[in-house]
Amino acid sequence: MAGIDHAPPPFFKRGPAPLALLTFYIAVSLAIFVVDLRFKSLELLRQSIALVVDPVQRAAQTPGSLVDYVDRYLNGFRQLQQENNELKHNQLTTAPNLQRLAHLEAENERLRKLLAVKEREKASGQVAHIMYTARDPFSRKVIVDKGQQAGIVAGQPAIDEAGIVGQVTRVFPFSAEVTLITDKDQVVPVQIVRNGQRSVVFGLGNGQLELRYIPANADVQEGDMLVTSGLDGIYLPGFPVAKVIKIERDSAYSFARIFCAPVAGVENFGELMILDPRQTLPPPPPDASARPGSGDKPTGGKRSRKGL
Amino acid sequence: MQPTFSSSRILLPVRPWFVYLTLFGATAANLLPTAYWPGMPDWIAMLICFWSIRETRRVGMGWGFALGLLMDVADGAVLGQHCFAYVLLAYTAASLARRILWFPLAQQALQVLPLLLLTQLMQTLMRSLTGADLPGWGYFIGPFVATLLWIPATFLLLLPQYQPLVQDPNRPI
Repeated sequence: MAGIDHAPPPFFKRGPAPLALLTFYIAVSLAIFVVDLRFKSLELLRQSIALVVDPVQRAAQTPGSLVDYVDRYLNGFRQLQQENNELKHNQLTTAPNLQRLAHLEAENERLRKLLAVKEREKASGQVAHIMYTARDPFSRKVIVDKGQQAGIVAGQPAIDEAGIVGQVTRVFPFSAEVTLITDKDQVVPVQIVRNGQRSVVFGLGNGQLELRYIPANADVQEGDMLVTSGLDGIYLPGFPVAKVIKIERDSAYSFARIFCAPVAGVENFGELMILDPRQTLPPPPPDASARPGSGDKPTGGKRSRKGL
Repeated sequence: MQPTFSSSRILLPVRPWFVYLTLFGATAANLLPTAYWPGMPDWIAMLICFWSIRETRRVGMGWGFALGLLMDVADGAVLGQHCFAYVLLAYTAASLARRILWFPLAQQALQVLPLLLLTQLMQTLMRSLTGADLPGWGYFIGPFVATLLWIPATFLLLLPQYQPLVQDPNRPI
């Protein structure tokens, strides 16, 4: 009997026709595609599958990281010594600023109290290690080794030693996905350091960022530094985000095209600091038009007060 | 079944566990860091295509869907993206199976190329329609590499089914 299939194809029990099966599977695929993309309500399914995939994925990464480890171990000593010297040197150069920082912060706090301004939030967070980049070639994301177990939630910003790297977008039990600021249409609210102009910077997907909807005659120059404005309630204000590298002003368009390069080593591997979520901002004041008894009167009053 | 239509050798029936083992191996290979190298083929797509052509009754759209879901989660892609592409691949491969098997191996590989390209193209189409970034041409080199690997892969995957050339004439059955 060797040579032919032992079980002949069934005559009567055939199951659904291939075309019916195809229609079914395609419909289900498209349905979960749309639901995942628009409503984001399949995170539980994703997390439960990730529980199975994650260990395999970590195991698959092991040989590569072992090679890395051995490599570092073998030519490590001299490099370490050099790096150590450099770090000591750097520490000394930054020492004057750092030593006065505590003093300045205390002074700032006291002055703010005098002015009755809300205290500045302190930045705190936890260090996470980048395990690998997500393989999806359509987006720019990295996976870090801290997740729900470490109390990470979606929305937390991630920084490195130079500036903002990205934002946690998905959290799994033992890992989290950080979307980089250079991902297409990833948005960071920013402020130009030189003149304090507020804007929003968008990722372009090719490793650069773009300041959109800035009038062609706006005061933006090459080399301008962009820092987070903190208006969004997610990013703390003052973290460097990007530097303006090229401005195209075309009189045919009402907006200038302003390209920026990220300040942080966004595409590098290494360690990240995931900042704790910010304290929730007070709710925005209700709309003037939505107030009961709205009409011309309150608006008029407001205007007159402003005039004064 | 024969290895190729012109071969006089007849293959042993496939062992189901071997099919599932190779599919698992392909999944593991897709998760390796080598997947970042340019021009790396999508091993799961290649294996689903192969077994859909050879063993239509064992590997089909169901496997495509399940492994697609797995890859979606592993890649961090939108759920349903790989599912759609793999299900379509399994269906087209199974429906073209009788024709593809009639060709010699090199021409089989050429017939498989459009199917694998279609898989990548569907994914690009789905994601770019929803406003994602285009991945660049390197993304489409994978299917060509898979086509080049089709002949050695066929021999490797059919190896357990070859029976010894010299057979004992005095065996009982």
